[in-house]
Amino acid sequence: MRTEAVLRFGIVALLVATVEILCRLHVIPVGVMIAPSQMAVELTKILVSGEFSADIISSIVNVLTSTVLSVTLGFVAGLIIYSAPGLRAALEPLLASYYAVPTFIFYPVFISLFGVGSGAIIAIAVLLAVVSMITATLNGLDRIPRVLRKTGRIYRMSRIKTAVMIELPSAAPSLFTGIKLSVAYSFIGVIASEFILSGSGVGYAIAYAYNNFETPRMYALMLLIILLVTGVNTLLNGVDRRLQSQRRR
Amino acid sequence: MSAAASEITVKSDAVKQMPVEQPHVALRGITCVFHSRGRSLHALGPVDLSLTKGEFFSVVGPSGCGKSTLLDILAGLNPPQTGTAQFEGKPIQGVPDGVGVVFQEDASFPWLNVHDNVAFGLRRAGVDPAEIKRRVDYAIGFMGLKDFAAAYPAQLSGGMRQRVCIARTLVLQPRLIMLDEPFGALDQQTRLIMGDELLRLWRETSATILLITHALDEAAMLSDRVGVMSTRPGTFIDIVETGWDRNRDSRVVSTPHFGDITARLWEKLRVEALKMMSTSETRSS
Repeated sequence: MRTEAVLRFGIVALLVATVEILCRLHVIPVGVMIAPSQMAVELTKILVSGEFSADIISSIVNVLTSTVLSVTLGFVAGLIIYSAPGLRAALEPLLASYYAVPTFIFYPVFISLFGVGSGAIIAIAVLLAVVSMITATLNGLDRIPRVLRKTGRIYRMSRIKTAVMIELPSAAPSLFTGIKLSVAYSFIGVIASEFILSGSGVGYAIAYAYNNFETPRMYALMLLIILLVTGVNTLLNGVDRRLQSQRRR
Repeated sequence: MSAAASEITVKSDAVKQMPVEQPHVALRGITCVFHSRGRSLHALGPVDLSLTKGEFFSVVGPSGCGKSTLLDILAGLNPPQTGTAQFEGKPIQGVPDGVGVVFQEDASFPWLNVHDNVAFGLRRAGVDPAEIKRRVDYAIGFMGLKDFAAAYPAQLSGGMRQRVCIARTLVLQPRLIMLDEPFGALDQQTRLIMGDELLRLWRETSATILLITHALDEAAMLSDRVGVMSTRPGTFIDIVETGWDRNRDSRVVSTPHFGDITARLWEKLRVEALKMMSTSETRSS
């Protein structure tokens, strides 16, 4: 393990240990937060009982659907915008300021369109994630060296073959960054929307537990989300590192 | 190394250089004009040039004189506005079969290792895997990359990456190899060594080579003939025959004859470089 990784692990372990001690000493009251070890015990109970399995599956399916949709739509939109410089010049300021708009304000619109449930949740998550993929696609295409496209012409490759065999691999690191961001935004969009737009899902279950003073369950479910996001992010970072390490000069 | 002691032959009219036999490459009255936002830029020509099969021809000229435009026309990447360009007797329309190009910029594919970079064109052409292995192993060995076949371009030096690009071109066995300032980003020692490797490649493949370069010493050392281009719109104002024998290598740089060739090239080029500088100064003022 590298020094930075050891240090990172040490910082996280220290924070968890501090919270554990503060909770055990009742410096942090039980009504406010339970000790991390208790969260882990409660989470194990929840997972073993299968009580929240339907909610967990519902959230994961929503995150996956939102990721696939935002990556696909973002990539296609990125390609279209890239191939129309006039359109790009018009849209770029909007794309740059997009994340200044709190997407969640549109939730009444989506409820009207899709009703309460997965449709509206996915729509909000896609709206949140899609622009990161558009921006990453534009970045990736901008960074393809001209000489590689020229090389494709020297090999007498068709436009489509050049796109698939040269442009796509060349833009892959940027595109993968877009995928990583889309996954993160999809998680945020889905879990946050479930608080207000749903009768199921982990976000709904957390809100339900909070409203009914079921603090251990609430923290167990929050821990589940943190572990899920950390796991997915570690996996994606591993792939990203592999992609980048091939190209780091 | 053997350096022909013959005198430098300077022919002021490139058109008169037409060989009697059918030229491997022939340009007649080539001009190129770029149009952008209502403005026209006469970049090249009229240019006439004939290259014989197996010749090593270099082009030198001031920056912006149209050297790379000339290469693009020969490679079929850009059509000329007027004139005809022929390769092996056939008009150049699109990239002709049997032509390989090495660019100044690093054109290696960073996502492929050295072996897969070199094999790229052969795989694309659907060549038999056993034949691919044979040709790739040869090209990698020839360019001194045997120990780096599994390495990615990012792990190699600039010179080695350029060797990967040359190997990738060589493996397709082109009959005309064009190099656009391939050693421009390399230090002097590496350039001399790469020059030797290029000469070795030329001798073994018998391909016709067209080298675009800024470096007069590189052109003088490597070429059978060197074409000197004028400032924009570029035309050949001189073609210098070096008189080297085919077995030359970088040691020719220490001969008096090399100094004579370089001096002759500089004499012509200096005038053009000064013209170009005065033009840019006039524009900026």
